[in-house]
Amino acid sequence: MTLARRIIPCLDVDRGRVVKGIEFKQLRDMGDPEELAARYNREGADELVLLDITASNEGRATFLDTVRRVAQQLNIPFTAGGGIRSLDDGNAVLRAGADKVTVNTAAIERPELISELAAQFGSQAVVLSMDVKRAISTWEVFIRGGRQPAGIDAVTWARDGVRRGAGEILLTSMDRDGTCSGFDCELTSRIAAEVSVPVIASGGARSFEDFREVFTRGSADAALAASIFHAETESIHALKNYLAGEGLPVRLTPPTSAGMHADQVLGEPPRMKS
Amino acid sequence: MKISIIDYGAGNLPSVERAFASLGAETERVTRSEQVGAARTIVLPGVGHYSAFVAGLRGENLAEALRAAFERGTPILGICLGLQAMFTSSEEAPGDQGLGFLAGEVRMLPKTVKAPHIGWNQVERVKDGALLRGIPEGAYFYFAHSFAAPAEGSHTAAVCDHGMKFAAVMEAENLMGVQFHPEKSGEAGAAVLGNFLKVAR
Repeated sequence: MTLARRIIPCLDVDRGRVVKGIEFKQLRDMGDPEELAARYNREGADELVLLDITASNEGRATFLDTVRRVAQQLNIPFTAGGGIRSLDDGNAVLRAGADKVTVNTAAIERPELISELAAQFGSQAVVLSMDVKRAISTWEVFIRGGRQPAGIDAVTWARDGVRRGAGEILLTSMDRDGTCSGFDCELTSRIAAEVSVPVIASGGARSFEDFREVFTRGSADAALAASIFHAETESIHALKNYLAGEGLPVRLTPPTSAGMHADQVLGEPPRMKS
Repeated sequence: MKISIIDYGAGNLPSVERAFASLGAETERVTRSEQVGAARTIVLPGVGHYSAFVAGLRGENLAEALRAAFERGTPILGICLGLQAMFTSSEEAPGDQGLGFLAGEVRMLPKTVKAPHIGWNQVERVKDGALLRGIPEGAYFYFAHSFAAPAEGSHTAAVCDHGMKFAAVMEAENLMGVQFHPEKSGEAGAAVLGNFLKVAR
């Protein structure tokens, strides 16, 4: 019996469309959230994350509608968030069909939000999302979609968030996000060593080896990526076969079409394009 | 056959409903004890805190109706907290009584491992049960919990290990339960629900 390392595709949505930013800027249209969700569900994703990157009040109804439609496509766990400011916001997302909710900026501004959500829905439903950037000798948390430093150290905040009831940490390296330069393994392993809950590494995935590294060197429990999967150059199925070949515990699912990527089980790790 | 899903005012019912719908089973949400009394097949899903959960069941007299259904032989499937609630009590809510259909205390996962136990894990069969029939050994199921039911006992059909062994699948005649979320466990989870439908038929 082994707890599998999770592969989690992420859909950043803006007004009902999946978009991708590079280093938190420059948005590009990547497709329809329902279609991508259905594809990832088929391809063996272990979970799906949907983030509202506009998170404006006007866009709230549109986002909840997207959550509802995406939930219909899945028989795997589903996390949604972006702009969650209150217990009511969290409740709306969960009622729309998500299993877990992420909190970020509002949790920094009012940390009790974490404990309120955990008391109401259980820690397993509360994911603390942290956008982190390297400082000289430490890591700093940023809020408002990475636009503003929060003035708090990442390790301190991770520990505090878990103490307040967060059941998982979604840790995004802003230095690496969208750059395809590999996960920040040093950051991930540091946070993973400090907290008692699973850590989902995010930002910088470029190749199959990057995933192996973040699971081994980075001690991540799960790895999240967006652009490398959206582009459809490589499938989650092939990635998992590669990781299994490297001796990592992953949940293998049957290929979605006959013979798909079967040659990659023992082959050289292919590079992924983004 | 209609599946009556206990709706105690919390929890993610839509995904359970959708999972049964995709197997061609009709579902209804039941909130009142008379409805539980009339139910032919019952699913007790559960997420959140043990205390709120059992209080919710007591408040609407659902606990008594469930006991009567259990004693009548109505097939009942507990999911996650729904499984835990079938035991006597839980460390999560020391003063509260569970449904008490099975003897034993639900315990907290040890501090030596990451908790909540979140993610896909495998289970080890300890008896020939109905729920895992036809599902390959080594199949993964999605878990999300910090407390777990004891592994010991003749009702345990499969165990999982996360810092300690605990009951992952429980089968005691018409009473069944899974600690994982079958509605979130892909094909393997759908197969478990399909097996429950076969037993209930």
